[in-house]
Amino acid sequence: MSARPPAKSAAPVASSKVKTLTIDDRLVSAREDESILDAARQNGIQIPTLCNLDGLTPVGACRLCVVEVKGSNKLFASCVTMVAEGMDVVTDSERLQRYRKTIVELLFSERNHVCAVCVSNGHCELQNLAQALGVTHLTVPYRHPKLPVDASHERFVNDHNRCVLCQRCVRVCGEVEGAHTWDINGRGIGARVITDLNQPWGSSETCTGCGKCVQVCPTGALTEKGKSVREMAKQSRFLPYLTMMREDRHE
Amino acid sequence: MISIEDLSQISQAEKEAKDAVPNQINVCVAASCLSLQSDKVMEELEKAVEAKGKKDCCKVRGVGCMGLCAAGPLVALEKERILYQGVKPEDAPEIVDALGAGPVARIQGDLEAPFFARQQKIVLENCGRIDPERIEEYVAVDGYLALIDTLTAMTPIGVVQQVTRSGLRGRGGAGYPTGLKWATVSKAQGTRKYVVCNGDEGDPGAFMDRAVLESDPHRILEGMALAGYAVGAQQGFVYVRAEYPLAIKRLKLAIRQAEKLGVLGSNIGGTTFSFSVDIRLGAGAFVCGEETALIASVEGGRGTPRPRPPYPAESGLWGYPTLINNVETLANIPAILRNGPEWFAKIGTPKSRGTKVFALAGAIANTGLIEVPMGMPLREIIFEIGGGAPDGKAFKAVQTGGPSGGCIPESGLDQPCDYESLAKLGSIMGSGGMIVMDETSSMVDVAKFFMEFCMDESCGKCVPCRVGTAQMHELLRQISSGEATSRELALLENLCDVVKATSLCGLGQSAPNPVLSTLHYFRHEYEAKIAAGEAAAAGHAAAHASPAGGAA
Repeated sequence: MSARPPAKSAAPVASSKVKTLTIDDRLVSAREDESILDAARQNGIQIPTLCNLDGLTPVGACRLCVVEVKGSNKLFASCVTMVAEGMDVVTDSERLQRYRKTIVELLFSERNHVCAVCVSNGHCELQNLAQALGVTHLTVPYRHPKLPVDASHERFVNDHNRCVLCQRCVRVCGEVEGAHTWDINGRGIGARVITDLNQPWGSSETCTGCGKCVQVCPTGALTEKGKSVREMAKQSRFLPYLTMMREDRHE
Repeated sequence: MISIEDLSQISQAEKEAKDAVPNQINVCVAASCLSLQSDKVMEELEKAVEAKGKKDCCKVRGVGCMGLCAAGPLVALEKERILYQGVKPEDAPEIVDALGAGPVARIQGDLEAPFFARQQKIVLENCGRIDPERIEEYVAVDGYLALIDTLTAMTPIGVVQQVTRSGLRGRGGAGYPTGLKWATVSKAQGTRKYVVCNGDEGDPGAFMDRAVLESDPHRILEGMALAGYAVGAQQGFVYVRAEYPLAIKRLKLAIRQAEKLGVLGSNIGGTTFSFSVDIRLGAGAFVCGEETALIASVEGGRGTPRPRPPYPAESGLWGYPTLINNVETLANIPAILRNGPEWFAKIGTPKSRGTKVFALAGAIANTGLIEVPMGMPLREIIFEIGGGAPDGKAFKAVQTGGPSGGCIPESGLDQPCDYESLAKLGSIMGSGGMIVMDETSSMVDVAKFFMEFCMDESCGKCVPCRVGTAQMHELLRQISSGEATSRELALLENLCDVVKATSLCGLGQSAPNPVLSTLHYFRHEYEAKIAAGEAAAAGHAAAHASPAGGAA
């Protein structure tokens, strides 16, 4: 996370107030419009995330970043929960560890994540999470769904077997590229990312071929063509720079 | 401009017209009687009246739900207080012949039975009494009186205070104090606000909202207009599921009639208050009953929930403050403003005021719709009003609150039926569905049924609900078919904990409830299935390798 560019917090913002709170027994301060996750990261406290990505609107979908807030029985997704004065946050506990491990297990069980033959092996955020959380095997049964691979695009491949439905592709395409080629079709366990109105990616009329979706995809679901096992390393950290450059131009 | 005098004139004319006809035959034309051909019954009754030359002294009219759906189609003679049940089209001539000469004993129902006598009706007060397709009949039972009266005699804050003092709590499930919600929206900044009526009733076995919308649609419009006045909104939306075509048809008609009469639209009753109502149809997703998913759906997006806060009261439809209330909640509003909050607060229990509509379904003799004061013991509802399990079978459990609720066994039946007591029993009030199970039901199968429902209805946005419900369903299937061991049961319990604690919205957070409550009260049924599974597994021990596989 050290490679992260300075966030907007570097510039003084007159209207927003500063809050002080406790995260893992450490007193920290944060602007009132910052999330618990922002505040934790600025203070070197790491909370696992998957759907969250700097530069995209947080959606709170993966639930890996849930934290405990003292005084409440509920858990809070730290990416979408704003800081509050006097808040006392616990980001790591035996219970949270267990929940996070189970969520990662559920993701592995959902589709066919066979790391050994994956182009993103060694560069995969799901794989990193499993290693960090100590998920060495699954307690829940594998579902082994039969899923298609869309290789109709001339430069990119969409392999549904490796998709975790984090919606990063949907968001980057809609929010940053402005094309809104990606969306979600179906619901529940049958949900899939789709291009245009569920047309092959190669025949999409809205796709600009910019490849941002590929770069932000945390797994080997969206990849460049022609990559072999372990070769698909991604550059997902361009977004904050891009946003910053755009803002500078407006000023 | 419509005034109170205009309303009373309409009401007077309507009553006079009614009194001029000595015999009124009411035929239930709500969905469940209609499905039993009550429209044919009505047609035959009209023909019989015509044929026997009784057209001047007898009027046949369609009315809303009378409640006892199990005995449909229902026909009632209003003045004589006679109820006919299970009426067939060929019974029509006999019914018309007997007018004024006593009831047709063969098909007569008992209006003094506990099913009718023990109920107390506020929300359903007009259901089965008025023709839902005529606004004049609603006006004749003091409809829109509260609206016009309030607009001229009370400030918006005064309305909020009245609702707060009544102690009304949200009837959609969570029981949030309605007055507090209204106050929040009314205090929210901004001149553009919205009122949304949540009619996305989706619990299996629940049909309270459908009955109200089909039988008394003007009541909802009046409640919404009052809510709009109280919080400062000019536009309302009724979100109804597309599976309720009759409700939608009557609601559309009601909106047109109300606009024509001037109780909806610009400058209602000559005041500065304007309010219009539009309908938005749900496309068949249970999760759209969750308020943030509902908002996304009304806006035209995918019906998926988003994290709260911000709550819709601060940032709802298109980012504007939005009041979302359930159909039944809004149906209480006209009565509260007409009769005063003190009247309402006297009904029910100190923490759960008023009445509650329940849909009785499953293994119960009197399937149908009832309204009782809050706090009535479950035993009274199920055995005295509902008539208990039919065919001499023994009662086993009742599921309240649909797929988000829990199963309550016989031992919990003496608890009063209110928000707190049901929560203590491991269930919830929910929207009011009550599914009764008799001794023949397997509680593992009941849990599996509800889990299948949640799995199908999960939107797929968050991981625990999307994958967790599918995994729990598979484990329940294994347990139910005797393929599971205690390992699977332990796994199921762990998943219940994870999905409940980490899911994004209420659907996932409550999806494990049917499993948890059946595990709590009927664990022996799970253990019996497990024992069978382990015996089978021991037989095939050699064939069973460790299911563990490399993840990373």
